[in-house]
Amino acid sequence: MTTIGRLLELGGLPRGRVALSIGLGALALGFGVALMTTAGYLISRAAEQPPILALTTIIVVVRFLALARPLARYLERLASHDLALQALGRIRSRVYERIEPLAPAELEAFRRGDVVSRLVGDVDALQGLYLRGLGPPLVALGLSVACVVAVAVVLPVAALALAVGLALGGIVVPLLAGRLGRRAGRRQAAARGELTAELVELLRGAPELVAYGREEEALARVRTADGELLRLGRRDALVAGLADALTVLVAGLTTAAVLALAVASHGAGELDRVLVATLALLALSSFDAVAPLPSAARELSGTLASGRRVLHLAERVPLVADPLEPAQLPRAPVTVALQGVTARYPSSISPVLKSFDLRLEPGSRVALVGPSGAGKTTVTNLLLRFLDPTEGRVTIDGVDLRDLRQEDVRRTFALAGQDAHVFDSSIRENLRLARPAATDAELRGALRRARLDDWVEALPDGLDTLVGEDGASLSGGQRQRLVIARALLADAPVLLLDEPTAHLDGPTARELVADALDAADDRAVLLITHRPEGLELVDAVVTVPEPA
Amino acid sequence: MRLLDPRLVRRARAVRVLLVVDVVLGIVAALLVLAQAVLLARVAARSFEGASLDDVATPLGLLVAVVVARAISSWAFEVAGRRAAGDVISQLRLDVVETRLRKHPAALDGAPSAELATAAVSGVDALETTLARYLPQLVLAAVVPLAVLALAASIDPLAAGVMLLTLPLVPVFMWLVGRYTERRARERWQALALLANHFLDVVRGLPTLRAFNRSRAQAERITEVSEEYRRATMGTLRIAFLSGSILELAATLGIALVAVVVGVRLVEGGIGFESALTVLVLAPELYLPLRNLAAQFHASADGAAVAQRLLDLIDADNACNSLLQSDPGTHSPSPPPDPALVPIVFESVSFRYPSRDVDVLRDLDLELLPGETVALVGPSGGGKSTLLSLLLGFAAPTSGRILIGDDDLAELEAAEWRRRIAFVPQQPTLFRGTVAENIRLGDPDANDERVTRAAELAGAHDFVVRLPQGYDTVVGDGGRPLSAGQRRRLALARAALRDAPVVLLDEPTADLDPASVEVVVAAIERLRPGRNVLLATHAPELAASADRALRLDGGRVFERAEVAA
Repeated sequence: MTTIGRLLELGGLPRGRVALSIGLGALALGFGVALMTTAGYLISRAAEQPPILALTTIIVVVRFLALARPLARYLERLASHDLALQALGRIRSRVYERIEPLAPAELEAFRRGDVVSRLVGDVDALQGLYLRGLGPPLVALGLSVACVVAVAVVLPVAALALAVGLALGGIVVPLLAGRLGRRAGRRQAAARGELTAELVELLRGAPELVAYGREEEALARVRTADGELLRLGRRDALVAGLADALTVLVAGLTTAAVLALAVASHGAGELDRVLVATLALLALSSFDAVAPLPSAARELSGTLASGRRVLHLAERVPLVADPLEPAQLPRAPVTVALQGVTARYPSSISPVLKSFDLRLEPGSRVALVGPSGAGKTTVTNLLLRFLDPTEGRVTIDGVDLRDLRQEDVRRTFALAGQDAHVFDSSIRENLRLARPAATDAELRGALRRARLDDWVEALPDGLDTLVGEDGASLSGGQRQRLVIARALLADAPVLLLDEPTAHLDGPTARELVADALDAADDRAVLLITHRPEGLELVDAVVTVPEPA
Repeated sequence: MRLLDPRLVRRARAVRVLLVVDVVLGIVAALLVLAQAVLLARVAARSFEGASLDDVATPLGLLVAVVVARAISSWAFEVAGRRAAGDVISQLRLDVVETRLRKHPAALDGAPSAELATAAVSGVDALETTLARYLPQLVLAAVVPLAVLALAASIDPLAAGVMLLTLPLVPVFMWLVGRYTERRARERWQALALLANHFLDVVRGLPTLRAFNRSRAQAERITEVSEEYRRATMGTLRIAFLSGSILELAATLGIALVAVVVGVRLVEGGIGFESALTVLVLAPELYLPLRNLAAQFHASADGAAVAQRLLDLIDADNACNSLLQSDPGTHSPSPPPDPALVPIVFESVSFRYPSRDVDVLRDLDLELLPGETVALVGPSGGGKSTLLSLLLGFAAPTSGRILIGDDDLAELEAAEWRRRIAFVPQQPTLFRGTVAENIRLGDPDANDERVTRAAELAGAHDFVVRLPQGYDTVVGDGGRPLSAGQRRRLALARAALRDAPVVLLDEPTADLDPASVEVVVAAIERLRPGRNVLLATHAPELAASADRALRLDGGRVFERAEVAA
């Protein structure tokens, strides 16, 4: 229950809209039940062959219900989706606010690429809470009570039967559905993970497996894992349909029970004959209220799983915080230094850097090299104060970064390189990230220094050209140049080039590094790379040792 | 989006069986629906006429039996659908994997593996929904309304006529609404996709936004974009929900009309109470399957999409042609000659991928003499990897032939030929297992001493012994991560262990730091003597160390000046 509570707090619970959505839902269902009941009453009454005038009111009511119900349902669907979409917007904003101070160093997700999509997928899945978790159960409850009361007025014993039936169908069966689904999910999770791993390995390593003649073994392993998953799936298939079948059973048996009680009561002279069919139809159609609950319960467990993951992230306290009395940021030109720095990420115990020293004088060019996986990107994280060292200090002109505001620290550096994100927007918008008020002339200036201006001029849309998801419509070299132009525009005293030549071939890489160092003018440059291109152009090379 | 791709129906026996089972169950379900209505009406009508509970015991008992039977049939539909989905996806998975291995192992233009594997495993969920939920509803929607109308017509043709009147309204209106919205819907979906991806884009770029002190500003933008998304989506939903509402309107109007028409006839004495009640109880059952079908419609697309994806991949791989001796009958393979004694010759070899129009290799001529090391230099994408693939027999040339001595490679037994080759790809794969097991890929029967010697030759021994469990350290997915240089050296150890006369190396020093490059170059030097080595590379120092260097450009080979050995 607390998970739902915390999620609702995150997404908000606008009372008015929720009440509207639930109210319309209850009306829609209520009209539907009333339609069948009144129709049954109409037929039963008509069978007594009264004067036609006696039926006029009922006929009008039936016609009204026939029109009102679809209308109410239409409005209810709009209202509930509107509510869910609103909540989605709010959840996205809130989650963003909470994870913003954690990225990238404190969130595992940012060091493992596609886990970010899962985070976003989880956030979006929370809409399900509003669509299926709020409305349907409350409407079912309200309508069930109304139906039971209606029956109780004429035949209390049948009302009891109906109440039992609705309780079974509305509470027991959905809970069962949820539990069975969860258990099946857990059992299959391990088998699915195993099979996926085998498949990935086989698909990726196919050339080597075939070249070394070991493909049959690999196939056999996949077949075994597949067989295991198939076996589990078959077992779960037997159980899966149980919940929905039970709903059908409960609905039918309750209707039969109500019918039997009505017949007995009429036989004993205690119930008007017109009401026998009416009650039966009322009972039958009342189960429309609880029918969607089993699948809602199943989907809800998935939604809650997503919700728990999101809450786990959204409730973290950031480790890096601004000091109470921040010092003044030293004015450029500045010397940046790491002194005896040991650093590790919150999620692991072993340090990535140990007693590391680095010094960057104004205007100097220093290359940071070392095998990939060493702490090179950690140095960037430390400089940008995404992470604080566990030992040693990071300083700007001798001032410890922890005594400065994060905003000021970041104004000292401009980031470019492989990990610098290119947004799914235009060239202009991407560049303006560094300087929101930049004029087109300033943008072109930066592009010229990055040697990208000719290419942009030649584009039909020029600066407004869309670059695609993470710069997908740009070549590797163009993307890096765009990112460098952006960094130059930021006009910061230190330029951080973090692996600018990844995935570029030799000659292109060399040209890029040379141009970047040239365009940097009197800025200090930290070139982080594991490749040899450009090393001949720097003043000093510092090696980051492989982590022990 | 076709629900059941004809390829699927043809390939997967499970689907054919399911279709038959569903039709049978559908007919049974329809009969049960009719029985339920008839029995309910019978009990109520008899009671109306004065019967006691004992008098209606039989129809009441039958009603209970019918209810139980309906529950069982609903369960049966679901079980059948899920089992079929599991079987189908299992078969597709194995087909994908087998076709890839046998026909298209190089897969140089293939789909990303992790995404594909996930689709092949989790795709079963979407397929389950389609086969266990949508398909039964489809069958029911075809069978039940017919049954209901038939029974209604036999009881009271007028009531049946009323029901029949409302039914066509449904597709007509839905078609009208659909036509109006189709064009607008497409534009809408594109706009929605952009808006939907905005959040993902911003979250991905959070570190960059923070670095430029722009992350706070983005927070407002998220709220704005979410608002836009909401408004756009609601606009689309208003019309999308309309079609569903029309179906419901037809249903409620149908019920109301039937009730009124029948009610009036009852008053006039033109119809009996039991008949009237039967028809009334039947009326909602006419529309219910159609409404359920409409509700499940969106689910059908996902399942179809998964199956289609896998089927497309199987077909694409099938179109390729790897050389494998799977049917020795047609090839009458001979044992391959020893490459230490005969030259390897490419004779006017051309090659293009089935999905492309351009030749990657064009009338290529190449000769490799026994014992020499040849470097193949050229721009990325120029065909170096393709050439190596052809030599491995992963694909057959589109024209021309590859000769080993006097024998055409296509006539040789592929598995035997590959035993003579050691291959190191550009991105070596580490399989789940120990370091020793990974090296043993080269020769599964090698003892520990040989494994160690191979590792030493490849320059890998030094780092392996420093690993926590040495040669028993578990690597690969979920194991200890190794750097690019370390992985390359392990792959070289594999090749060294194989002790094969031909060694193929694809970009052995690409993306390595200078220290690793040195180690790899030294290892290759140690590996060379007495073997045919074909090296695809960018690195000038590696090309310089070869006996000969050839340039591969535009699909053709050009001799460079012979380099001193």
